[in-house]
Amino acid sequence: MATLTAVRPAFGGFSFDNCKRNAVLEVEASKVGCSVPAARKTGTTICGVVFKDGVVLGADTRATEGMIVADKNCSKIHYISPNIYCCGAGTAADTEMTTQLISSNLELHSLSTGRLPRVATANRMLKQMLFRYQGYIGAALVLGGVDCNGPHLYSIYPHGSTDKLPYVTMGSGSLAAMAVFEDRYKPDMEEDAAKQLVRDAIAAGIFNDLGSGSNIDLCVITKSKVNYIRPHDEANKKGVRVTELEALKL
Amino acid sequence: MLEETGPEWLSEEVKTGTTIIAIEFDGGVVLGSDSRVSAGASVVNRVMNKLSPLHDKIYCALSGSAADAQTIAEIVNYQLDVHSIEIGEDPQVRSAATLVRNISYKYKEELSAHLIVAGWDRRDGGQVFATLNGLLTRQPFAVGGSGSSYVYGFVDAEYRRGIRKEECQQFVVNTLTLAMNRDGSSGGVAYVVTIDEHGTEEKVVLGNQLPTFFDQ
Repeated sequence: MATLTAVRPAFGGFSFDNCKRNAVLEVEASKVGCSVPAARKTGTTICGVVFKDGVVLGADTRATEGMIVADKNCSKIHYISPNIYCCGAGTAADTEMTTQLISSNLELHSLSTGRLPRVATANRMLKQMLFRYQGYIGAALVLGGVDCNGPHLYSIYPHGSTDKLPYVTMGSGSLAAMAVFEDRYKPDMEEDAAKQLVRDAIAAGIFNDLGSGSNIDLCVITKSKVNYIRPHDEANKKGVRVTELEALKL
Repeated sequence: MLEETGPEWLSEEVKTGTTIIAIEFDGGVVLGSDSRVSAGASVVNRVMNKLSPLHDKIYCALSGSAADAQTIAEIVNYQLDVHSIEIGEDPQVRSAATLVRNISYKYKEELSAHLIVAGWDRRDGGQVFATLNGLLTRQPFAVGGSGSSYVYGFVDAEYRRGIRKEECQQFVVNTLTLAMNRDGSSGGVAYVVTIDEHGTEEKVVLGNQLPTFFDQ
């Protein structure tokens, strides 16, 4: 009969002891008057949309450390496999390492099966890993790609739940981006319309959310090619510095 | 004021909020669910199908933590596949419910999800099982999720034994509508799955096609 686990005493697995230690350290540190270093979060607006021939993924490029912008032009669209890319929001280190780990495992899997990897496989691997760590890995992902069954788009939450939808947004700017999608999304759009829609959704996040900013990166995935456009749109160009004399003339 | 706590979806676990219901009728079962998934005060998915197939003629309805419920359903789907190959025929609904119950009971402290298992098999016909907190009990009907509290009275008063399929489907849709109207964590569209000896039928009832009641 199928059983859940073999009869074996539980050992190994993930130890959450450090999480308890960190909580204690945080309390002790605040007593002395210093604060624990803040994990760099990507703040972020990320989104994806399925169109007629594939998927378009979009992301802003601001990474924050508390209230300071740590990186003005970071890349949030990560490579998983030649036909699958993944946007990441949440803790920058977590999204980076998680996507790299799954990308590596997926390549081995693809060599073993002799086939192009499927988006559903990447989704399963990611959700099973995140569930195993019970939400302590703060990675919220938008996974998109095209495989033998067509274009697919998934959103994956830190606790390990996933949703398969035609359009998704994640990150602190997700509400602003979703408002744009809910207004203008149509099924089976053309590539240019889809790119414009994603660009507008990310722009809504950039201008209406403090955790998102700088430029807009796009990634267009179709059956035949992948177009990684970085940057697609420089929404916030740095001004040119002028001397006092020139400023008086203006 | 700028908040350090960050976005809700990072700190708040994604819950399915939910209203789920399963009813036995003469010759099969009808399952129903709403489609709202929330993280704190925002809705992260307004069209999620919470009726998840465990096998051809056995479905389960998910409620509680989205990650926990999805994971349990996927694990049991895999275990049932193996089991049905081992026995060489379609599995019993009781077996599926037992597998769900085993996980819910063993990891009782860590999980917070409730699955209602319902389906049809050759031996006992249509059956509905509740697996809340690790118990296993067969019932003529079961409701679950945050929205169920609002409709216990309605279901208790209106349920009759031996009703026919169409009446049962209408009863499920009515119950879901009443719950979705009153519960903030339930809403969207209604998914209805009917399972009998002839097969499985999935249906979506869109928001504007739902029946209207007193306050509308």
